[in-house]
Amino acid sequence: MTDRATSAAPTPAKVAQSRSAQSRPVQSRPVQESVEILSVKRVGEYTEFTVVAPGIAEHAKPGQFVAVAVGGENTSMLLRRAFALYSATPGGAFAGTVSFVVAEHGAGTRWLVQRQAGERLDIVGPLGTPFPLPSGPKPAVLVGGGYGTAPLIPLAQALIAAGSPVEIIIGAATAGRLFGELVAKRTAGAVTVTTDDGSAGEQGRVTDALPAAIERIGAEVVYACGPMAMLRAVGEVAKAKGIRAQVAVEEAMACGIGVCMTCVLPVRDDTPGGDGKSRFVRSCVDGPVFDAERIRWADVGSLPSDLVGADAMGGGH
Amino acid sequence: MVDMSTRLGSAAFPNPVMTASGCAAAGQELNQFFDVSSLGAVVTKSIMTRPRSGRATPRMAETPSGMLNSIGLQGPGIDSFIEHDLAWLAAHGARTVVSIAGGHTDEYVELARKLYGNPAVAALEVNISCPNVESRGQVFACDASASSRVIGAVRRAADPGQPVLAKLSPDVTDITLIARACAEAGADGFSLINTLLGLVIDPDTMAPMLGGITGGLSGPAIRPVAVRCVWQVRRALPHLPILGMGGIRTGLDALEFVLAGASAVSVGTAVFGDPTAPVRILAELETALAERGFTSLADAVGYAHLDEFQRSARRTA
Ligand SMILES: Cc1cc2nc3c(=O)[nH]c(=O)nc-3n(C[C@H](O)[C@H](O)[C@H](O)COP(=O)(O)OP(=O)(O)OC[C@H]3O[C@@H](n4cnc5c(N)ncnc54)[C@H](O)[C@@H]3O)c2cc1C
Ligand SMILES: Cc1cc2nc3c(=O)[nH]c(=O)nc-3n(C[C@H](O)[C@H](O)[C@H](O)COP(=O)(O)O)c2cc1C
Ligand code: FES
Repeated sequence: MTDRATSAAPTPAKVAQSRSAQSRPVQSRPVQESVEILSVKRVGEYTEFTVVAPGIAEHAKPGQFVAVAVGGENTSMLLRRAFALYSATPGGAFAGTVSFVVAEHGAGTRWLVQRQAGERLDIVGPLGTPFPLPSGPKPAVLVGGGYGTAPLIPLAQALIAAGSPVEIIIGAATAGRLFGELVAKRTAGAVTVTTDDGSAGEQGRVTDALPAAIERIGAEVVYACGPMAMLRAVGEVAKAKGIRAQVAVEEAMACGIGVCMTCVLPVRDDTPGGDGKSRFVRSCVDGPVFDAERIRWADVGSLPSDLVGADAMGGGH
Repeated sequence: MVDMSTRLGSAAFPNPVMTASGCAAAGQELNQFFDVSSLGAVVTKSIMTRPRSGRATPRMAETPSGMLNSIGLQGPGIDSFIEHDLAWLAAHGARTVVSIAGGHTDEYVELARKLYGNPAVAALEVNISCPNVESRGQVFACDASASSRVIGAVRRAADPGQPVLAKLSPDVTDITLIARACAEAGADGFSLINTLLGLVIDPDTMAPMLGGITGGLSGPAIRPVAVRCVWQVRRALPHLPILGMGGIRTGLDALEFVLAGASAVSVGTAVFGDPTAPVRILAELETALAERGFTSLADAVGYAHLDEFQRSARRTA
């Protein structure tokens, strides 16, 4: 994945890609692997899986995700479940492993959290776009909501390794839904914790703590992962501060590999060289990481009439 | 070794396993997982005359052994499709069945004309499960005379070297009536079946789950319906070839369609859970045929319809 653009600002190449989303060269090289579960750890209300997946670990970048088959061989659950990569270790002590963090949600994640070390999983990855890294050291604030902190840890490590000062803000509704406080502190040092109910850290939202964090380190970019409402709010704070926010979104996905068109978001092409128009863009291959300002947050879940091709709608499935 | 080659009208294919329209985009993404030119053909997402945004999200809901989709035929329009997608498929040596869709007969005709003489097109699949703009949105495929009008017009406008397959909806009282009308209008074969209309209500919001309210049901849940449709149309019109689909997940599933009368099969929803499903199913189907003593796929087509005498004649031929 060394062919990825490494500038936080969208490059002309990316603009061209988003304009011909249907025919652009496919950028990530996902593989399908039957993997052994190395460990299953309970972390608060979450379950952290580490699996032996050398083909995925080799190319994975922070912000990308994996799609995990659930339910076993004769399951009635046909679709994979998406999880952001928490770590990918191509070499060293845990060579060829990747990890991800699962929140129990419905039947698929309930099945998953009951798996044990030694069992096997069928995983496809790495999928989607990674967080774009700045070309040189650039102060950054990373904002994680709930399990959304998971992909920010390897991102923080990459930024710090490149000499960028990093602050992390993590938040959740309650203390039990926080993820990664300790590892965030070990990684970045400067960590702010918020909870809606005040059961841990400061009472309030991550966005309450964001303006001060941006000012403290003179951040030039914000990275975020978490619920859609949080991402939207983070984008607004960043915009008010005149900096960019790169956010990893979460849309329901049937395929995760770009073939079905279920996972789309209305995205504006306001990048340099873009045509300024908005399109439904696949969040599984053109995302999940987007520049927050390009997403038309208010129109998510509707069909704005100025979208390219909205005039041609009149039925069909 | 089983001779897996097959034909759909005048089009010849080295093997009978294809993708299903809308479940493989235009082949590029799946080509990361396997060489799409190793399939019988890639059946592309239904294309329309103009770029189309598709419907608002959510666009899918997983159901027991199936899923509901409400994509709304998102696509780049025929010109971009020919320039980028069809060109890519041709350059990669993939045979292509192009699926076309429209809101009125003229649109289908325009699409057939644009594809006239294009050597990259092995066959046309006409998706008539679209609302007819001129008939208060009634789906073409649910009305014999509307189906016949579209198929007749496409057959007259299309390149005579490109077989025209009518893709029928199972949501009709008697699918053989529609099939007969299409046959009389000049259809060279059938694609059976499109999705069944379904609806899912979210118990939390107590409202329909999909942005489009209703959606198309696909996956193993619909397989017996699909096999029944293939069976009935084969009985009614034994001289016309059938491309069978609906819930195919294994080689044995594909074999059921072949035995019921399909000369080729499309793998749709299974791809979402297993991106390599089409090539796996091809290998499994070949094994299944060999195990049953068939030396060619052609001998197995429609085999379930034969009596003992006809069966022994076929297998010793
Ligand atoms: C890019 C991406 C990254 C994600 N990262 C993580 C992560 O790191 N940790 C984590 O716990 N969860 C993550 N999720 C959400 C996770 O995929 C869902 O919680 C999970 O699919 C729910 O499956 P289920 O069977 O338990 O729930 P059900 O509600 O029974 O699922 C039914 C269907 O809806 C889909 N679905 C339901 N909720 C979601 C959702 N929120 N997002 C996407 N699809 C959904 C499922 O895939 C399934 O097809 C991520 C989602 C995406 C798209
Ligand atoms: C997400 C999705 C999109 C589809 N899009 C189209 C389409 O554009 N044109 C079409 O003729 N059929 C479309 N179909 C129907 C499939 O081609 C196929 O007929 C149906 O899904 C049954 O096969 P399956 O159970 O293997 O998926 C679509 C199906 C799905 C699941
Ligand atoms: S989930 Fe299928 S295209 Fe994104």
